[in-house]
Amino acid sequence: MAEATAVAPELRPLVPHLTLGATREEDYLNGSVCKNCGTKYVGPRLFCGKCSSAGPFETVKLASTGELHVFTIIHQATPYVEAPYIAAIVDLDGGGSVNTNIVGIEPKPENLKFGMKLKMFTEKVSEDKEGNSYVAYRFTPA
Amino acid sequence: MREVVVLGAGLHRFGRFPDKSLQDLGREAIKNALEDSGVPFPDIEVAYVGRVLAGMGAGLNVVSEMGQTGIPVINIEMACGSSTSAFREAYLSVASGIYDTALVVGFEKMQRGMLQISEGTSFQSVMGLAVMPASYALQAQRYMADYGATPEMFAQVSVKSHKAGALNPYAQYQKETTLEEVMASRMIADPITLLQCSPTTDGASAVVICAAEKSAKYAAKRQMTVAGWATGSGRYERKGEGNAEGEADAETGSSEVERLSKQAYERAGIGPEDVDVTQVHDAFSPGEIFMAEGLGLVPKGEGARAVWEGRTEISGDIPINTDGGLLSRGHPIGATGAAMVTEIFRQLTGEAGPRQVKGGKARVGLIHNAGIGGVNILVFKR
Repeated sequence: MAEATAVAPELRPLVPHLTLGATREEDYLNGSVCKNCGTKYVGPRLFCGKCSSAGPFETVKLASTGELHVFTIIHQATPYVEAPYIAAIVDLDGGGSVNTNIVGIEPKPENLKFGMKLKMFTEKVSEDKEGNSYVAYRFTPA
Repeated sequence: MREVVVLGAGLHRFGRFPDKSLQDLGREAIKNALEDSGVPFPDIEVAYVGRVLAGMGAGLNVVSEMGQTGIPVINIEMACGSSTSAFREAYLSVASGIYDTALVVGFEKMQRGMLQISEGTSFQSVMGLAVMPASYALQAQRYMADYGATPEMFAQVSVKSHKAGALNPYAQYQKETTLEEVMASRMIADPITLLQCSPTTDGASAVVICAAEKSAKYAAKRQMTVAGWATGSGRYERKGEGNAEGEADAETGSSEVERLSKQAYERAGIGPEDVDVTQVHDAFSPGEIFMAEGLGLVPKGEGARAVWEGRTEISGDIPINTDGGLLSRGHPIGATGAAMVTEIFRQLTGEAGPRQVKGGKARVGLIHNAGIGGVNILVFKR
């Protein structure tokens, strides 16, 4: 029986719609555009939510900048995030919307304005039992 | 399709019952509903059971407590809307002529603490986005900016709900609260404080329905007719909205409720102005405000003011959640929908006691029950 080969720990995106580059500056969100109706999605799709066609879909790089669509301040800590923190939906420039955190400003409603300009950054957020690291994206005021 | 009537309804009190099993809860609700309806269990031809957290085949484990008559027992799950989904399936099976009598059951036993909507290591949890009140809070922030509503107006929903719950012997919370207490309770997701979140609850509910043409043989003193219904899920609306993990989907709002309630009103041959009493899904306080608007009971942007002015209280002109709603009656997720039907039955039959609206003259009742996966609207007439 062959010995199990030890696999070197990897750096992985926390979600499939985040593509990792050689450095964190080169990470980007990937999306897909339905060639039948033009709708742009975050991440890959097999069928279009709008026109129900099977595309075809073109894989695209999404913008790393966007505008604040809605937000709330969450005061309930989770095992991964310290409270209070900002949960938001950001509309990306050029299409696509993402659920995300906004950091780099004090989490108070008066610091947030609908439509305010934001930019994405990525960072390592967790590790699994095998030592693999996971990278996620967050937004900060542009 | 045949006319279908509700002959009876019953609950096991909502609350925390660590020493009781699902069977204990379900048996009592079913027994109460059967006695209320005058229909003996052997006459029940099919049971539809709304439940979420119990394991495989839980419906039969509970319903067979009443007797092993060999009927089909169908388990239904649509998260917080499970037992109105069960009601709808039961209704269709009787309206279509397949069965004459059907039992609708909802039950749940829940753990304390915040309901987890995704796995521990998912994107949503790692980013702290899997927090249930967040989706209501996101919309509430936008609503305040768009319509000038204040945090106090959302808090008032909870004050009103507790006032109604104090009159309901089946409610989890039977105690009034003040605006100051609601505002001072711990902030969860701005502007939603702890007392504006529905609790986790154990409970059970049951409803007996029958084909109108077959109902005369039962000793039911009174009945209400299923006048309209609509069920659906969200439509593709926003740019970029979809199902990818982490992709924005919190923007549900009231647009699907507008679309579905129109269908339900049309089937019932009424408009929102004809509704006398309403039960809506107030898992968090903004729910009552958004749904009052979505259902067309008040114009868009006027829901918060309607609550603030007392219009949605038991004594108001558009009474909502007269049994305390999810916030005070409690929210044992699978049991909530059939409990809404139970309250509308009490209201339309004039048996709601101190919670009775419009001097017992209410003729049309409306229900909005939502769960992850869809919305159920039901319209009843006396």
